[in-house]
Parts: sequence; C-alpha cells; structure tokens
Amino acid sequence: MIEIRALTKSFGAREVLRGVDLCVRPGRVTAVVGSNGAGKTTLIKCLLGLVHPDGGEIRLGGARVGSDPAYRASIGYAPQMSRFPENLTAREVTNVLLGLRGPSAIIDWELVERLALAPHMTSRVRTLSGGTRQKLTVALAFLFAPNLYVLDEPTAGLDPAASAVVKDKILAERGKGKTVLVTSHVMSELEELTDDIVLLSAGRVAYVGTAQKLRTFTGQRHLERAIALIMAREPVCA
Amino acid sequence: MRLTAKVAAFQLVDVARSRWLPGYAAFFLLATELLLRFGGDPTRALVSLTTVVLFIVPLAAIVFATVYVHSAREFIELVLAQPVGRGTLFAGTYAAMVTALSAGVVVGIGIPFALRGGAGAAGAAAVLVAMGVALTVVFAGAGVALALRTEDRIRAFGLALGIWACAALVYDAALLVLATALASYPLERPLLVATLANPIDLARVMMLAHLDASALMGYTGAAFTRAFGSAAGAALAAAALVVWGAIPALLGARMFRRKDF
Repeated sequence: MIEIRALTKSFGAREVLRGVDLCVRPGRVTAVVGSNGAGKTTLIKCLLGLVHPDGGEIRLGGARVGSDPAYRASIGYAPQMSRFPENLTAREVTNVLLGLRGPSAIIDWELVERLALAPHMTSRVRTLSGGTRQKLTVALAFLFAPNLYVLDEPTAGLDPAASAVVKDKILAERGKGKTVLVTSHVMSELEELTDDIVLLSAGRVAYVGTAQKLRTFTGQRHLERAIALIMAREPVCA
Repeated sequence: MRLTAKVAAFQLVDVARSRWLPGYAAFFLLATELLLRFGGDPTRALVSLTTVVLFIVPLAAIVFATVYVHSAREFIELVLAQPVGRGTLFAGTYAAMVTALSAGVVVGIGIPFALRGGAGAAGAAAVLVAMGVALTVVFAGAGVALALRTEDRIRAFGLALGIWACAALVYDAALLVLATALASYPLERPLLVATLANPIDLARVMMLAHLDASALMGYTGAAFTRAFGSAAGAALAAAALVVWGAIPALLGARMFRRKDF
C-alpha cells in the first residue's frame, strides 16, 4: 500500500504538487493520468526519492519514505527516457544494477528473452537502437522481481510486439499480487491495463477510483472521453 | 564503501573505453616525449611541461566533469531509484572521474620521465605529476558542482570555460595590473592571500620549490616564494591545495544530496 498525505512540491514559484492525498491499493494496476505539467512525473519522483517534497509524507507498506534508500529495493522503476553509460554492454548495465541491489536480488530473465533482448546483451549500449534501449529500460524494471513497479510511459518507443509483451508482463505481475503504478498518454493501453485511475490536475488529485466507476460517473463508455470530461470540468488553479 | 567502489568501478570502465581518456593520456605522452627529446635537458623540459600542465589539466578536468555529469543525468536517476544512497553515488562518480583523469596525467608524463628523464629530474617530475593530480581533484570537483548547479548544459559548458579562463589566464594578469597601479602601497600580504585563492598559482608555487625557474613564477608566485622561502612556501601551498581539493568536492556532495532529479 502506498499512502501519500498532503504532498507539496514547488520548483521556484511554480507549485507542481499542491497537497496530494492518495492511497494506492496493493495488487492492482493504478494509472496516474493528467495533462502535461499536472505533476505526474514529480509525484512518481517523490515516491522514488529523486525529488525532495516540500511538505507532506509518503508511506510505503506503512513505513515512512525518508533518506534511507533501502526501501527502493522493493521498487522496479522504468523512467520515461533512460540513457545508459555508452561504453558498457547491456549485460554490464544489468550487472551494475544487480550489484547495487545486493546478493539477495533475484534476476528474472524471462522478459529479456521475450523482448528479444538476449542477442543484444553483449553489445555496447551506444550501438543499440532507440527501441532496443527502451526495451532494456523496461526490462531492468522487471528484472529483480520487486513488489512495486513504477513505470513512466513504459511502452513509449516500443514496437507493437514489444508493447504487447510489456503489457502482458504488467498483467502477469498484477496476477502475482504485485502493485503497478503507471503513467501513460496512450488511453487504449490504460483501458487494457488499469484497475484504478488517479487523475491529477494542476497539482491536486481531481479523481481517484476505479476505471469502471469513472466511466459510470461520467456516463462515457471509453476511458479517454471520461478522463477528458473530468479534466475539462476541473477548474485551473490560479 | 563496497557500494561506492562498485559505482566507481563501472564508471571507470565506461570512461576507460571511451576515446577521450586514451586521447588525453596520448596528448601528455606526446608532449612529454617531444619536450624530453627536443627541449634540451630534463629540467628544461619540466619547465615547459609545467606550463602545459597548469593550463591543460584544469581545462580538461572542469570541462570533462561538467559534460560527464550532464550526460550521465538520466543514468544517475536510474541508479538513485535503486537502494543506493546519494552520498555513495556521488563519492563513486567523483572518485571514478578523478581516477580516470589522473591516470591520463600519471601515464602521459610518468612513463616518458621514467624511461628517459634520468634520476636528477625524478623528484621534480613526481611533483609535477602530483600537481596534475591535485589540479584534477580541484577542477573536476568544480565541474561537478557547476553541472549540478546549472541545468542548461550549454550554459554549464560556457561557465566551465569562464572559470578556467579566470583562474588560468585572467587572474595573474589582473593582479599584475593591480599591483602596478598600486605600487606605492604595501601589497605583500594581499598578494600572498591572492596566491592562496587560486589553486593554479598554488601548483605553480609547488613547482617553484623544485625548479629554479623564474619564468614559471607569475606575479603572485614570485611574491609567495619571496615571503616564505621555497620549503615553507611549498608546505603552505600544499596545505592550501588540500583545502582547495576539499571545497568543490564537499560543495558538490551537498548539492547532490539536495538536488531534485
């Protein structure tokens, strides 16, 4: 369970998070959606300790997220855009993260095989195509079998086959009771994957609940239209 | 400590496989070899090489560190999303950078002097290599702090060049102009303080203690040596260089701990 209370964050004069209160239920796929600049990435980065919140608190499994990095052993993170050390091989990049996670880290090679990454693991990163690098980014999030996945636009830049593999993997992990927090602008993808929706608007939670309830509440059959309707109703904060 | 070593190890492998580091070492190798071969005796070669080191090492260190930290930003984010402390990642990254750049100086200058420098110049050559390492520590630290402070990489690159130009080119000239303009005032103490305020001048004073070469002095170096004598001046300069090495590194570590990635 992720509990977020009164989370605030400003960058200079720009208030990005204005008191976010949120509970993310375990064993479900929760999508964080919202317009550009709504605070999605900042919220995720606060959870990962990459951004220091100005106020509020985040609890993960009951424990407050603070300066001790140990809690991140239970998180698999795929950033929206990742660059790796250009002169290391994909296998070496994997070994770097494995080494940082310690001897108890479990490697799940299945996704590497299914994404057809195996032949590229001995190639230096600078020789890999953009799509292959993105596959590596996503695979690294799943590689150590964490309990919580934080995936920022995980299928952006992937071909349809790889995108399907990643979506299948997300659903399979949910089936194992893992929690998935995902952001995406691809509504068809969210339609397929998500149990719960968190809609951020101007740094606040405008809606939180199941995708089905959102459809019912807005009277829309499609998630995209339901979200657009809520976003249109939400007044822009001055 | 174990994690810091792991972080440093993978970054060292990455830098060592790039074309940049072998090129840096080859530059010093070639310059040292040419000066030893055609520059007369090893001491004269050292005088010329000192000027090269005092200009090139700070420039390479500050530019490399600035560019490296900016280009590694996304991977830094990914590593920080692992169970790794910020202090550990900073220490590993900084250690890797300093080790790689220092290796270029040690190999590039050390090998030719070891092979053909002769025993007479060995001490001064070792001091020159040590000064190269010290300037690497100082200016790599400054580059890291600059990259963390400045989001725009072009601006950071420009500021890095500006800092280098001020420290390596403008500083001594400005002091000379000031001292000439205020020649009727007692400037000995202010000039000593001015020397302590520039690590390149400090490195120059360290070399002065081992080479009798007035051409190297610069205005502040001459005042420093006059006031303290070679040995005492060198000891004070060495202590000040240690402080200079610590300041940017500690500043960078503090920025790294507080930064929003």
